[in-house]
Amino acid sequence: MKAGVIVFPGSNCDRDAFHALRDVVGYEVDYLWHAENRPLDDYGLIIVPGGFSYGDYLRPGAIARFALIMDSVRTYAERGGLVLGICNGFQILCEAGLLPGALTRNEGLKFRCRHVYVRVENIQTPFTRRYRMGEVLKLPIAHGDGRYVCDALTLERLQRNRQIIFRYCRPDGVVDPDWNPNGSVDSIAGIANERFNVLGMMPHPERACEWLLGSEDGRRLLSVAG
Amino acid sequence: MTLKPGLLDAQGRVLQEALNQLGFERVQDVRVGKYLEIDLQPDGDPHAQVEAMCRQLLANPVIEQYRYEVIEE
Repeated sequence: MKAGVIVFPGSNCDRDAFHALRDVVGYEVDYLWHAENRPLDDYGLIIVPGGFSYGDYLRPGAIARFALIMDSVRTYAERGGLVLGICNGFQILCEAGLLPGALTRNEGLKFRCRHVYVRVENIQTPFTRRYRMGEVLKLPIAHGDGRYVCDALTLERLQRNRQIIFRYCRPDGVVDPDWNPNGSVDSIAGIANERFNVLGMMPHPERACEWLLGSEDGRRLLSVAG
Repeated sequence: MTLKPGLLDAQGRVLQEALNQLGFERVQDVRVGKYLEIDLQPDGDPHAQVEAMCRQLLANPVIEQYRYEVIEE
């Protein structure tokens, strides 16, 4: 299978994603430059990586969503292609309207860089089907703007459609506001669109694919093929 | 542009607490926003153009509200 990793000016997790996909999961991987508008139909997975695209000017993701490649990503997603936005990638997908809501400044104002625990809330998605329902994953976060917010109607819809895919939790799996690192509404760490082919999440599964890095829990998430 | 009312403004809350500690005890809320100056060539309706700019790029309508004024120089 072939995966594509988008590269914006200011992306800095593109290489992490490339390494995890090629060297750990075993896919063929291409970097996709932001200024290209090209069909992505050959790819089984597109990653919108973490980082600080366009220096986070104005708002994280606000400029990246106008990049030419995002037209291709939109078309690809509309055809059912799998899109995974990680950290800044999640912010970009929200800004682009591919996912509802928005990500804003962490409640505690601090940039949080540490491991967190998230609970898998829905395994009926192409990204989470290799996990057990309620499984607790240890994944790293590194963000200053990770507080997920949306209006009450959107939140109700996310809950009803089971689009909330990951919630911050304690190591034993109990969702607890004290273990929510950024103040996200309903402890949301990751959501999917209604078709479940677009997933956005603040934690970094691509940095949790080898024991050397402290966790292998992200590996199955990237193993979307087969 | 400021965060919509009802949305926690984490920076604003810290400033409010700091102001209270400095003795400005009557400060009940602080909202931190962004201020932009846009130099626009006169052509067409500036209000419509600024509205469109805000909607398409400058503000995120999910979380932010905005107001503007047009000054002719």
